[in-house]
Amino acid sequence: MRAVRAAETAPTLHPWLVHAEKLRVRAGRHLAVDGLDLTLTAGVHGVLGPNGAGKTTLMRALSTVVKPAGGSLTLLGAPVDGRADLREVRRQLGYLPQQFGFYPRFTIREFVAYMAWLKEMPKAAVPDAVQRAIDRVGLTGKADARMKTLSGGMLRRAGIAQAVVNDPRLLLLDEPTVGLDPEQRLEFRDLLRDLAAESCVLVSTHLVEDVVAACTDVLLMNEGRLLFQGTPDDLIARGGQSDAGDSPAERGYSALLRRHRSTV
Amino acid sequence: MTHPTTTILARYADGGHGLDDAALWSIEVHLDVCADCRARLAARTTPATAELLDRVAASLDRAIDAGPAPARHPAPAAAVHRRWLAWTLLPWLAVTVAVLGCGVLLDSVEPSLPSLVLLLAPVAPLPGVAVAWSQRIDPAWELIATTPAAGLAMVLRRTLAVLVVVLPALLVAGVSTGTSLALTLLPCLAFTAATLALGAFVGVWRAAIGLALAWSAAVLLPSVVTRSLSPVLQSGSTAVWAVATAALAAIIAPAATRFRRLTSGN
Repeated sequence: MRAVRAAETAPTLHPWLVHAEKLRVRAGRHLAVDGLDLTLTAGVHGVLGPNGAGKTTLMRALSTVVKPAGGSLTLLGAPVDGRADLREVRRQLGYLPQQFGFYPRFTIREFVAYMAWLKEMPKAAVPDAVQRAIDRVGLTGKADARMKTLSGGMLRRAGIAQAVVNDPRLLLLDEPTVGLDPEQRLEFRDLLRDLAAESCVLVSTHLVEDVVAACTDVLLMNEGRLLFQGTPDDLIARGGQSDAGDSPAERGYSALLRRHRSTV
Repeated sequence: MTHPTTTILARYADGGHGLDDAALWSIEVHLDVCADCRARLAARTTPATAELLDRVAASLDRAIDAGPAPARHPAPAAAVHRRWLAWTLLPWLAVTVAVLGCGVLLDSVEPSLPSLVLLLAPVAPLPGVAVAWSQRIDPAWELIATTPAAGLAMVLRRTLAVLVVVLPALLVAGVSTGTSLALTLLPCLAFTAATLALGAFVGVWRAAIGLALAWSAAVLLPSVVTRSLSPVLQSGSTAVWAVATAALAAIIAPAATRFRRLTSGN
């Protein structure tokens, strides 16, 4: 249970939670996202792509860390450009960066509470929201352990906890399953399905099977562009017996990439 | 709903004999929301009920005494934030205070040199301010940059934490060497304001480094080399420093939104 803000129940006047047109984003000097068109609604969207495809740069642009170099980007109906005041959008954002920086001396509970405070949640709602977020990622028993004592998988889960603490409408998870064991990955997929009911979740990952199992929508990126957007079944249908891969989805993935490379 | 009559309440207090289920429920629903009727009911409890309540209270007290202590109340986030700030800033502030201490020592050992406390005062807060809002030092910067709290208020809060340490240190240094307090503290505030004003455009970290280098090259080194205090720190310039501080602080307010926008360069 949580308090519902007036802004949440107001009718939305925007058809998409995320809308990018000809989006270009720089990573250093390199144009890592180059002319990307993207529309996302509620649900779990899995971003696949080879290393250097621009997945992380796209995530950073959507999380309002970096300014797009060109094109237009609209998050939750609000334009995101150099002039916008992003406060309202950022209140409804959850983000797990690829390199999750944390304070080693903090306990998980303190860190998640600190992030909830930074996300300007009402003070009275913070302790319960923190407990719920920690429970959701399965760290209940470790809530008061210092972060420097945690394993990689636990840190990743603590990162997911801070991302979901404010019940974001737009949740961006960059490689959330790194360091999770198989059982934790299954639990994570359940969590994703749970979150997708009310918000737009974007998960970037290397693991094709994670996407097929937990996502309603698959995005395939290569060289800063969107190659493919469709359901996991669409992805599977693209693969033939002759394509590389151990599962139907992996065959679909490699077929799409191969076809793209042969046309360039 | 209307309040239950006194007779009905008395019957309810006596165990609800003669009231049907529907009547009992509606009384209970009403009692839930009506403090007045709860008070009337409390005045009407039978000795048996009073004794039962006492027994429950006594056994609860016993159970609480025997049970585990209540969980420690978690520190509020603001306190956690202060603690983090203290840990991060401590080494830098320690260095700042140590350098000022050296300045005081040199002033007393080598009176022919211009006052080092005066010359160091403007740049004393800069290391702390640069560290307080820096992508390079704050490990969770990328996370913090995506939160609505990121902005001028946060920069100012962290800057204040720096000044709380640096200003008293300068005050002590100024008093112990007998230099003009206005010429110690005003340049310090002016440079802090300048760092934030410039930082809104190029990033606080870069602004701090740039201003420190400019001050060292234009005033600090020439004064030490020529062994005469630069005119900008002579007693006549107090008013100029005061005006500069006010003007720079006035620039920060309209530039506030820049700290909240994308890539403010930090």
